[in-house]
Amino acid sequence: MPSSADIAAIVFSRKFWRGVVSILSFLVIWEIGSRSREWFGVPLPWMSQIPAPTAVAVTFLQLVHSPSYWYSWYLSTARVFEGFIAAMLIGIPLGLAMAVSRIFYGTFFPVFEVLRPIPPLAWVPASIIFWPTQEMSIAFVTFLGAFYAIVINVIGGAQAIDVRYFQAARSMGSSSWDVFRRIILPGTLPSIVVGATVGIGITWAVVVAAEMISGGGSAGSMGGAGGGGLGFFIWNSYVGGSYTQIVVGMISIGIAGYLSSALLRKLGDMVTPWLQQR
Amino acid sequence: MRAVNTLPVTAAPVSVLGGQIEVKDVSKSYGAVGFAKTVVRDCSFTVERSKLTVMIGPSGCGKSTLIRLLAGFESPSSGSITIDGKPVSGPGVDRLVVFQESALFPWMTTYDNIMYGPRARGEDNKVSRDLAEFLLQKVGLGTFRHKYPPQLSGGMQRRAELARAMINNPSVMILDEPFRGLDAMTKKLMQDYYANLYEETRRTTFFVTTDIDEAIFIADRILVMTNIPAQVRAVLEVNLPRPRRLEDIIENDDANLIKMEALSLLHEEAMKSFARGSKAAADFVEAYAKRIRKDD
Repeated sequence: MPSSADIAAIVFSRKFWRGVVSILSFLVIWEIGSRSREWFGVPLPWMSQIPAPTAVAVTFLQLVHSPSYWYSWYLSTARVFEGFIAAMLIGIPLGLAMAVSRIFYGTFFPVFEVLRPIPPLAWVPASIIFWPTQEMSIAFVTFLGAFYAIVINVIGGAQAIDVRYFQAARSMGSSSWDVFRRIILPGTLPSIVVGATVGIGITWAVVVAAEMISGGGSAGSMGGAGGGGLGFFIWNSYVGGSYTQIVVGMISIGIAGYLSSALLRKLGDMVTPWLQQR
Repeated sequence: MRAVNTLPVTAAPVSVLGGQIEVKDVSKSYGAVGFAKTVVRDCSFTVERSKLTVMIGPSGCGKSTLIRLLAGFESPSSGSITIDGKPVSGPGVDRLVVFQESALFPWMTTYDNIMYGPRARGEDNKVSRDLAEFLLQKVGLGTFRHKYPPQLSGGMQRRAELARAMINNPSVMILDEPFRGLDAMTKKLMQDYYANLYEETRRTTFFVTTDIDEAIFIADRILVMTNIPAQVRAVLEVNLPRPRRLEDIIENDDANLIKMEALSLLHEEAMKSFARGSKAAADFVEAYAKRIRKDD
């Protein structure tokens, strides 16, 4: 946990104030843009269609009290973490197995490389047909988003371990299991963290699109605008013509993605202490 | 630094003087038959018991290949390598390699790095822990036990690596250009420190370097290598009294004679590969030709 002195140091740093100025100027330009029909004599036909930040803020303050808005947060977050955790549980062992076993690599990597370029969203129709519930098809597509990033990083990380570490370990009498546990696993950990951080970002992009396409899953019918997750929330606001809600939904996803990445970075720093202290 | 006499004896029944390595007619080629590149050809030499043998040769002459063969990471295409009469097959705890630059495990603290060998063999007991403690003090890293390698200076990393090897009480230590990449000051300090360490234990040591001054300062014998494919061109005995001091060696006539001889041999070898158009050899010729002329 950062101490109050750390927080003070951040608040009084130039970097912090540059950030504040940057975001404030963006909001001011946006506000002026959406309130004016023209700018310096140049008409602004598109800009004025976008709701002003103040209007968005008003809608947001109303939505804060709406349980269905928070329920869509919950649904999307749950789907992201279901898919993400499944991708970690399957992807890490698979990547490690491919990295250490030539037979395993030869058997699975070609299939993996053929499937990898297929964007997760192209899987949506197939997975709706294949999986028994909408919920499972969304989770599966989300899983795919993180899975490839994790596996590729694990393989790359394990293969990039300096050969001298293996030589040193074997010289000192390590068994294969010992080498795996004390060299390969910690040596791959930084890449696993990178793969996870990249993976969860992709997961948010995928879950939102999947919710829009699939109509929010089975939960879509129960809670009106907020029933099907943040992606469905945006789509429903669009169908209902509530432009301020669209923007609130977009910003919500931005915040959710940022929080997930920050959480993963924090966890990543905790499991790789040797990279933190220079 | 004299405290080594109290070194706790580990369970392994290894002679204090260490082992003797015999390399006989060893050749090593890489690549498919017919297209193979021979890196070592009919190479024979002895790393004598409880002596410090230095191998010196132009860069890219196959020194590192010989180290991998001695360590057992690779096997020779032909010929034999024996240690105390037993053939080398695969890596073993009886001969440990200290690598070029640091091969400390970055994810382990200094202490965990030193304890790696004992733990790998299931010997995480009081004897090993006491020995680790002793070695930490000996290499001057007592207060750095919980630091990770990136937090140590270059010199500290080399000392930690020496400790990590020594805790296994190998009968032969193999050092592959261990002080390469250190700044001039640290390098001198490490050479001094290392000479001291060797003089205390006199464990059989095989030390590879490209630095002729370093070679003469620490060596009992110097093997001057030919260009690739590697063979021993000449063996120079360095009968300078120990303990040695860097300042004494600079003004010692015997040392300078050995240096002259080694340099002219190396110069000839470099010229040969220069004739074959090696870039590394061109640099070498340029650097050493100047020094030889000055010495004349």
